[in-house]
Amino acid sequence: MTILPAREAGWRFRKPSVIPGFGLTLGLSLAYLTLIILIPLSGLAWRSAALGWTDFWAIASDRRTLNSLKISFGTAVIAALVNVVFGTLVAWVLVRYRFPGRRVIDAMVDLPFALPTAVAGIALTTLYAPNGWLGAPLSALGIKVAYTPLGIVIALIFIGLPFVVRTVQPIMEEIDKEVEEAAATLGATRFQTITRVLAPGLTPAILTGFALAFARGVGEYGSVIFIAGNLPNISEITPLLIIIRLEEFNYPAATAIAAIMLVISFAMLLVINLIQSWSRKRYG
Amino acid sequence: MADPALFAADAAHQEASGITETRLVRYVLMAIAFAFLGLFLVLPLVLVFFQAFGRGVEFFLSTLAEPDSVSAIRLTLIVAAIAVPLNLVFGVAMAWAIAKFEFKGKAFLTTLVDLPFSVSPVISGLVYVLLFGAQSLLGPWLKAHGITILFAVPGIVLATVFVTFPFVARELIPLMQEQGTKDEEAAISLGANGWQTFWYVTLPNIKWGLLYGVLLCNARAMGEFGAVSVVSGHIRGQTNTMPLHVEILYNDYNAAGAFAVASLLAGLALVTLALKTLLEMRYGAEIAATRGH
Repeated sequence: MTILPAREAGWRFRKPSVIPGFGLTLGLSLAYLTLIILIPLSGLAWRSAALGWTDFWAIASDRRTLNSLKISFGTAVIAALVNVVFGTLVAWVLVRYRFPGRRVIDAMVDLPFALPTAVAGIALTTLYAPNGWLGAPLSALGIKVAYTPLGIVIALIFIGLPFVVRTVQPIMEEIDKEVEEAAATLGATRFQTITRVLAPGLTPAILTGFALAFARGVGEYGSVIFIAGNLPNISEITPLLIIIRLEEFNYPAATAIAAIMLVISFAMLLVINLIQSWSRKRYG
Repeated sequence: MADPALFAADAAHQEASGITETRLVRYVLMAIAFAFLGLFLVLPLVLVFFQAFGRGVEFFLSTLAEPDSVSAIRLTLIVAAIAVPLNLVFGVAMAWAIAKFEFKGKAFLTTLVDLPFSVSPVISGLVYVLLFGAQSLLGPWLKAHGITILFAVPGIVLATVFVTFPFVARELIPLMQEQGTKDEEAAISLGANGWQTFWYVTLPNIKWGLLYGVLLCNARAMGEFGAVSVVSGHIRGQTNTMPLHVEILYNDYNAAGAFAVASLLAGLALVTLALKTLLEMRYGAEIAATRGH
C-alpha cells in the first residue's frame, strides 16, 4: 500500500452517521457472506488452481467437456434469442393493451421463477414426449423434441422467459407517450415510430434481459435433465457432466469444469453490468 | 375501474392519432403472445394437475401418505424452516449496513450479495462437496469428530441457504436506500435506542418488502433441486427433499406418483404467485420499484 497525503478530513472507512448498528450489522454480514459464500467459492478456486495447468488443460480440452459446453451455451443462446422476441412481445402486450384477465396473465409470467425446476422438467418432458399432448402431433410431423437438444431449448425458453419480460416491462412503462405523438405528428408511420423511436430506448433493457436469460440458461439443471435425454456429446449439458464426474469421484474433473463455467458466468455478469452502466450514461 | 365505453373511445382516438397499432395488428400481437404463454406456461401447469389426479384422488392421497413421501415433505419443511429465518435475519442485517451507511467497498459487498444468482445450482452444491467431502481439507477432521455435513441435513441446509441467500437482502436494499435515514435520525434524536429505532421505525417501513422477499426465498428454498441434489446423497426416507423425491419417483417409471408430489410443489408456486401479486397490488409503493429481477 502506498501512503497518500491526508486531504480534507483524511481517508475514512465510512461517512459519520448518528444511526447505530454499523459495526454489528456489517460484522454479521461479512461473517455470514464469508462462511456461506466466500470460503466455499474460494475452496473451488483453490482446488482448481492446485490441479496445475497440464491437468486442467487435459480436462478442459476433453471432447466430452467441450461438447457439453457447446451444448449448454448453444442451447442457452437460442433459447435467450427466442425469449427476446416473444418476451418483448409479451411485455408490449401487457404494457400497452387492455384486456380482461391482464393481471392474471401478468402474474403468470413469474411462474418459471416460482415453479420448482424439477416440476417444470417432468411436466415439459411429459408434454413433449413422443406420446405427449404436444409430442404426439409433433412426432407425426417428424419433429422430435423430448430427448434431443431441441428439448433443452424448450426447457430453457420456459426458464428464461420472465427474465426478459421483467427487464423490458418497467422500461416500456416509462416511455413517454409524447415522444410517439411527436413522431406521428411529424409523419412517421407506426412501424417507423416503433423501430426508430421506441426500439433504441428499449435496446439496453432487451440486451440485459437476453444476458440474464442466457446466464440462467447456461447453469440450469433441474428442468433440463429430464427432457434432454442426456446422451454424451449430443444432449449432455455441462452441469450434468459436473455431477457425473462427481459421482465417479473424479473431483479434479468436476472442479475444473465448474471453474470454467464460473469464469464464463462472471464474464457474463461483467457484460451485464457494462450494458447497464452504458445505458444509464446514454439514456439517463 | 375504467368505463369500457370511455376506454373504447380512448382506444379509437389513439388509433386515429397514430400512436397505437391498428386493431388488426393489436389482435394478431395479442394472439401470438397468448399462444406463446399458453404453450409454455399454462399447458405445463395444467398437465401437472391433470397427471397428478389422472389415476384418481385415492392414488394421489396414497402416494402422499407413503413413508418416503411423508419424510420428503417433512425434510423440505425442516430445511425451509432453518434456511428462511437465517436468510431473513442476515438479509435484514446486510440491508441495514448497506442501505443506511456510506462506506468503502459497499459496491463490492452489493455485488457479493447477488453472486449466488449467477452461479449454476450444481456449482453451489459442488463447492460444499469440495469443502466438506472425504477428499477435502476438512473431511478427515470432520470424520474424526463424528460430524456429518454432506449427504445429511446440514449439507442440504447449507446449499439451500447459499442458493436462497440473495432474495431478502436484494429486496430490502433498494427499498431501504429509497427510504433514506431521516426517520431513523428523528427517532434517535428523540432518544430512542438502536433496537427501538429498528422495531418501531424501520421495521414498520419495510414490513411488506420484507414479506415479499421472504415469500420468494421460501418458494426457492422448498423447490431447490440442483444444489440440493449434489449434496443430498439421495438416501430415501432420509435425505430426500420433495423435488428430489419427484425425480426418484419419475425415474422409477411412477409418473403418476411423481406428479402427485409435483402438484404439491406446483400448488406452493401458485400460492406464492397469488400472494406476491396481492402484495404488489396493495402495497406496490411500499415494496418499491424492484419488480425487475
